[in-house]
Amino acid sequence: MSTKTPSKLEKIMAAGHLGVTSEVGPPRGADGAEIDHKAHLIKDYVDAVNVTDNQTSVVRLCSLASCIKLKQLGVEPVLQMTTRDRNRIAMQSDILGAAAFGINNMLCLTGDHQSFGDHPTSANVFDLDSVQLIQTVRLMRDEGKLLSGYQMKVRPEIFVGAAENPFAGPNVELRAMRLGKKINAGAEFIQTQCIYNIPKFKEWMKIAVDKGYADQTYIMAGITPFKSLGMARYMKTKVPGMDVPDNLIDRLKGVPKEKQADEGIKMAIEMIQELKELPGIKGFHIMAIEWEEKVPELVQGGGLYPRPQV
Amino acid sequence: MIKATPKPLEEIIDFVKDYNKILVAGCDGCVTVCEAGGMKEAKVLGSALRLYYTQAGKDHEVVETTITRQCDKEYLEELKDMMENADAVVSIACGCGIQYLTENYPKKVVFPGVDTHFMGINADRGLFEERCAGCGQCVLGTTGGICPIARCSKRMLNGPCGGSEAGKCEISKDTPCGWHLIYERLETLGQMNRFLEPVDPKNWRSSRDGGPRVIIREDLRKAEPQHGSAH
Repeated sequence: MSTKTPSKLEKIMAAGHLGVTSEVGPPRGADGAEIDHKAHLIKDYVDAVNVTDNQTSVVRLCSLASCIKLKQLGVEPVLQMTTRDRNRIAMQSDILGAAAFGINNMLCLTGDHQSFGDHPTSANVFDLDSVQLIQTVRLMRDEGKLLSGYQMKVRPEIFVGAAENPFAGPNVELRAMRLGKKINAGAEFIQTQCIYNIPKFKEWMKIAVDKGYADQTYIMAGITPFKSLGMARYMKTKVPGMDVPDNLIDRLKGVPKEKQADEGIKMAIEMIQELKELPGIKGFHIMAIEWEEKVPELVQGGGLYPRPQV
Repeated sequence: MIKATPKPLEEIIDFVKDYNKILVAGCDGCVTVCEAGGMKEAKVLGSALRLYYTQAGKDHEVVETTITRQCDKEYLEELKDMMENADAVVSIACGCGIQYLTENYPKKVVFPGVDTHFMGINADRGLFEERCAGCGQCVLGTTGGICPIARCSKRMLNGPCGGSEAGKCEISKDTPCGWHLIYERLETLGQMNRFLEPVDPKNWRSSRDGGPRVIIREDLRKAEPQHGSAH
């Protein structure tokens, strides 16, 4: 595929390589050095680094500022933006700000409901949803227009991404249709929800391939290693839209507590190796939640290292 | 119709404790249907206030009444004498009725006796569910008759989000996912093709976002009053 932006992530996947991204969750305070620290742990093992936008509706150092910090460190950022907290005025303004700092990737999300977070009494915005945010960024980039129709002199050059959760309701067919809808809206890459239920993921991917969606967007498989049995149980029961099969829980149960983290890494590596061969997969999005130091091991173990230079 | 619930008695007592002559004004409209502000509830509140004043050893006079609608000036005029006689009024109409009562008796102290919540339906006795957010630009024609603005927690026009699970919304296992319902309905109607087309950003101007709203129906303003209407 040809490229439309200066994004390194886009260039790598357009050249036919598997792309690798990871993510950094900013701190719940003004400690900018934590961004630097986390970025240094992973920067040589991934093509770009997502920065979450107040994930689970908990106030954190802002995604845009964190992305600028990454950029200054020479790390390519993926700006995550949810439509929960900002209206179309604020979002377009932030997109222009991001572009002005040379941020060339975005992940467009609706975001978790604020009732999950540390400010459940706040108002929510949801002026747009994720699909409309994708449309907005594409309009700004491709036509140089704001939603108002205003013609800009300088366009933001952004490689436009979205998320999709193959495991959410109502069923896998509709989740594949929603992938199609995001592609129709202009999503150029997709980072999936953390994959644990491989048979179901394969079902979703098969539809994506059969419908031609996998050729129209770069689908990056979402990988999150289990740190412990407790985490696996938490993901299964507490995190919306997460599908953790019992056999994975049993496998962690079968090893002593002090070995569970190693087992979790092993399971994630096996998953990468298996999914690498799956038709339609164009990359991996490795979300090692508060466990960034394990990203190098996962990337190496998955046979995704060294990263291509483009 | 509009759905309201009675305010806690302590809150109402705190409003009226320094007044002696209280009018509890109910409304025969929506709040009667949801059993928050009709004659029955006016009597219950009136009795509770009398008990409070008696126990506190305070002189008092509590009168209960209802009118057809507190959102119509013609009916509000019926309250004239009772309003004059009262030191303070507790209106148990919806927020619209309470305000219109206040507007028509600007020198009277009026307190709210209910909390007004939403426009909804009577799913069962004592079970009221929101159905319409009053966005001013109805989308039901394209969503299988189920409103994504009122029934999706994120008012998404391109749902369902990734938090939809087993037909329930991510905010609570007791909240149906609005988009799951839309999906089921569109499938029944054979209109699933709608799902692939992105719905453009909504014009929220006609909703509360555009500021306080007024409807001017010139056709009605010019028309003669209908037989039987109040004036």
